[in-house]
Amino acid sequence: MFEQLSYNALQGYWWLIISVLGAALVFMMFVQGGQSLIYSLGKKEPQLSLILNAIGTRWDLSFTTLVVFGGAMFAAFPLFYSTSFGGAYWLWMLILFTFILQAVSYEFRNKARNFLGAKTYEWFLFLNGLIGTISLGVAVGTFFTGGNFVHNDMNFVSWTTNWHGLEAFANIKNLLLGFSIFFLARILAILFLMNRVDDELLYVKSKKQLLINAAVFLVFFLSFVFAILLGNGFAVDPTTQLVYLEKYKYFNNFIELPWMGTLFLIGVVLVLLGIATPYLKNKKLETKGIWFAGFGTFFTVLALFLCLGYNNTVFYPSLVDLQSSLTIHNASSSRYTLIVMSYVSLLVPFVVAYIIYTWRKLLKKKFTADEISESDTAY
Amino acid sequence: MDELVSLVNWSRGQFALTAMYHWIFVPITLGLTIMIAIMLTRYYKTGNEEWKTMTKFWMKLFIINFVVGVATGIILEFEFGTNWSNYSWFVGDIFGAPLAIEGILAFFMEATFLAVMIFGWDRVSKKFHLVSTWLVAIGSNLSALWILIANAWMQYPAGTVFNPATARNEMINFWDVALSPVAVNKFLHATTSSYIVAALFVISVSSWYLLKKRNLFMAKKSMLIAAIFGLISSIMVIFTGDGSAYQVAQKQPMKLAAMEGLYQGKSQAGLVAIGILNPKKDITNDEKPYYFKIEIPYLLSFLSNRDINSFVPGIEDLIYGNEEHNILSAEEKMARGHIAIQTLQEYQKAKKANDTATLAEISKKFDPNTKEGEQFVNNYFKYFGYGYLNDPIELVPNVALTFYSFHIMVSLGFLFILLFIIILIYVWRDTIEKKKFLLYLGLWSILFGFIASQMGWIVAEVGRQPWIIQDLMPTVAAVTHLSVSTVQTTFVLFAIIFTTLLIAELRIMFNQIRKGPDNFKK
Repeated sequence: MFEQLSYNALQGYWWLIISVLGAALVFMMFVQGGQSLIYSLGKKEPQLSLILNAIGTRWDLSFTTLVVFGGAMFAAFPLFYSTSFGGAYWLWMLILFTFILQAVSYEFRNKARNFLGAKTYEWFLFLNGLIGTISLGVAVGTFFTGGNFVHNDMNFVSWTTNWHGLEAFANIKNLLLGFSIFFLARILAILFLMNRVDDELLYVKSKKQLLINAAVFLVFFLSFVFAILLGNGFAVDPTTQLVYLEKYKYFNNFIELPWMGTLFLIGVVLVLLGIATPYLKNKKLETKGIWFAGFGTFFTVLALFLCLGYNNTVFYPSLVDLQSSLTIHNASSSRYTLIVMSYVSLLVPFVVAYIIYTWRKLLKKKFTADEISESDTAY
Repeated sequence: MDELVSLVNWSRGQFALTAMYHWIFVPITLGLTIMIAIMLTRYYKTGNEEWKTMTKFWMKLFIINFVVGVATGIILEFEFGTNWSNYSWFVGDIFGAPLAIEGILAFFMEATFLAVMIFGWDRVSKKFHLVSTWLVAIGSNLSALWILIANAWMQYPAGTVFNPATARNEMINFWDVALSPVAVNKFLHATTSSYIVAALFVISVSSWYLLKKRNLFMAKKSMLIAAIFGLISSIMVIFTGDGSAYQVAQKQPMKLAAMEGLYQGKSQAGLVAIGILNPKKDITNDEKPYYFKIEIPYLLSFLSNRDINSFVPGIEDLIYGNEEHNILSAEEKMARGHIAIQTLQEYQKAKKANDTATLAEISKKFDPNTKEGEQFVNNYFKYFGYGYLNDPIELVPNVALTFYSFHIMVSLGFLFILLFIIILIYVWRDTIEKKKFLLYLGLWSILFGFIASQMGWIVAEVGRQPWIIQDLMPTVAAVTHLSVSTVQTTFVLFAIIFTTLLIAELRIMFNQIRKGPDNFKK
C-alpha cells in the first residue's frame, strides 16, 4: 500500500504524523498547565488534591507523547534528531530534567517518608508546569527561528555557539511562543478542571483565573503569530534545493494552501470559543469549554507544524549556513524505512481509540473531595 | 586528542549512569507485572479477598518502582541525540524505527492500561481491570522488545546497506533487523533474567514478613508464585544465555575473548569456571594471564562453535592476526577501513565537483548487488569503523571488568536456581517459616539479583568497546562535540537527581513494606 507512494509523499505523510504528535502534545500539556496552577487554584485542601488527582490520572499522556514525538523524529527525520538534540543540548536537557521530576512527583508526593517532603514534590510539579511548557515552546520556536549549526560532508553536526541551545531563550519570537504555550496550557487546565471536578469553590476561582490567563495568552500568541506571518520565512527551491529567505513565507503558505489556513483559523476560533463558554449564559455549555479549546489547540498547532514542512518550507533553519537547513526532504529517513514506519503508523488510530475508551471509563465520574479522601489510590 | 578521549569517556559515563539506574527498576517492572497479573487472575477466579489484598500490595510497590523507571527511561531515549548525535545520523535510519515502534506500540499501551490498573478498581468492570493488568504486563515486555532489538542491532548490524549519497547506513530489510538471531537472543535473555530479579524481589519482601511472622498467607503464596516463576525463568535463562554466548562467539569474538581472559586462542578450549586474573597482564607483555583458574575442559570450544575441537581466537589472534585460522590483523583491518573512508571522501569530492562519471563508478562499490560492490563491501567497507582508530590497542576492551562481570553473573545465576528449588521445597512442605537461615538468604538475595543483572549489561556493553556499532563506528566518531565540562555538569546533575530519587524510592518502598498490605493510607 505505502510502496506505491513516492518518496516525497512519504516524507509529507511523516511530517503529518509528526505534526499530529506535536499538536497532541501541546493539547496534553494541560497536565503541565494544571501543575503550574497549584499555587493559585490549589492553595488549600481539598482543592490541591482535587487538581492533582484530576489531572494526575492522565499525567502519563503528555509524558508519553513527548517520548513518542522524540522517537518518531528519530525514526522519520533523524537529521533533526541528531542536529537539534545534540546541538541545542542545554535546551533539551532543561526540558528533560523537569520531566524526570514530574514522573516521580505524583506518585511520591503523598507517601510517608518520601525523603523530600510533599511540598518539594509539589514544587517539582510546578517547575515542570512552568519550565517544561515554556522551554518546549521555545524549542518549537526554533523550528521557525533556527539554530546555529553546520553539517559536514558526513552530515555530522557542529554547533557554532557555546551556549548550546540556551541562546534560543534570547530570541523574542521563541519566547513569545514559549509563553503562549505556557498560558495556553493553563487555560486548557482550567477548562479541564471545570469539566471534571465537582467543587464549587474551585469552579469560582477557576473562572477568575481563566480570564487573566486568556488575556495574557492572547497578547503573547497574537504577537507571535504576527511576528511569524509578517516576517521573513525560510524557503527552499524545489528544483535546486537551495534555501533562501522569503518575505511573508509562512503567511504565503497559509494562502497558497488554503486548507491549511482554514485549519489554522478554525483552530484559533475554537480556542476562543472554548475560553468564552464558561461566561455564556448556557448551563449545558458552561463546562464544555475544554472540548472546544482542546480541538482548537490541536488544529492550530497542527496547522503551524504543517506550515513548516509543506509548500517547500524549511522546518529547521540554520542561521550560520543557510544550506545546512533542514527540510522534510533532506532530513528524512530512507524510503524503505518510511514505508516500514508507515505500516506501523496504521496502529495510531487504534492507539488513540483505546486511549479515549479508557479515558472515558476512568473519568466517567467527576472528581469530588469525598471520593478522594476515601480512595486508597489517590495521589 | 586528550580532550576528545575525555569527552567520549564522560559521555559514555553519562549514558552508563542513566542506563544502570534505569536497569535497577526495569527488571522488577518486567517480571512483577506478570506476577501481579497472575495474582489478580487468582482473585478474579476465586473471589478470595486475600488475593485482592495481595495484588493491591504488590501493585503499590510496583508503581513506586515503575515511576523511577519511567523517569530514567525518557533520558535514555533522548541521550542518543544529545550525546551521540553523529551516531544518530549515521544509523538513525535503522535505529530510530524500533524506538518509534516502541513508543507507538508499547509505551501508550503500558501507560494507558497502567492508569486503568491503578485507578480502575471501582471505576471499570472486574474483567476489564484484569485485561488491563495483563496488557500492562504485555506492554512493558513489548517495550523491552523494541529497545533490545535496537541494542542488538548495534552489536550485530544486520539488514542494512551504506548509502554514500547520504553518508549513512540505511535499512533494507526490517525483518533482518527485528528478527536477527542476536536480537531474538538478547530479548529473551534480558527479559527472562529480569524475571529472576523480580522473583528475587518478591522472595526478599516475603522473607522479611516470614521472619517477622506477619502476613503469612500473602508471604507464602507470593513466595510460591515467585519461586516457580523464578525457576521457570532460570531454566530459560540457561538456554538464552547459551544462545547469547554462541552469538557473541560468532559475531563479537573480541568480547568473548575478554569474557574469558583468553589471550592466546586455542582449539579444544576449556571454559574458566573460577579464576583470578593477573592484573599486570596486557597484550603488550608476556605475563601469565591468570594467577589461578579452574577450567571445564572443551566447554568454551563447544559453546562457541558447537564443536569441542573448534578453535577459539584469543585477544592476541584478533590483534596480531592468525593466518592459520584466517583472522586478519587489526592493522590490516585499519588499513582497509582507511580505504573505505577514503573512497567515501572521493565520492564526496566528486559530488561537489559534479563529476557524474566518478560518482557512478564509486556508487557501484557501495552497492552490494553488483559484483564489484559485493567485494568492496565484504573486504573494505566491513571494516569502515577501524579506519577511525589510531592504534590496534584501542580494540581491546577492559578485560578484567568484562571477565569478572561475566563470571559473577553466571555464578550467581546458578546459585539462584538452587535458591528457588530449596525455597520451593520448603514452601511446598509448609515449613518455610522455620528455616531462618534460608529466609535471611532470601531477604538479601535481591541485592545479588541486581548485581547479576547489572553485570550482564557490563559484559554486553563494556565487552564490545570501542564500538558503538560493531566494526562500523567507534564511540570516538559517534560522540556529540560538546565541551567536556558541559557533559561533566550534566553527568553530576543526573547523578544527584537519580540518587535522590533512588533514596526517596527506597524509603517509600521500605515504609510501604513495613506497613504491609493491610494499611495503604498515609
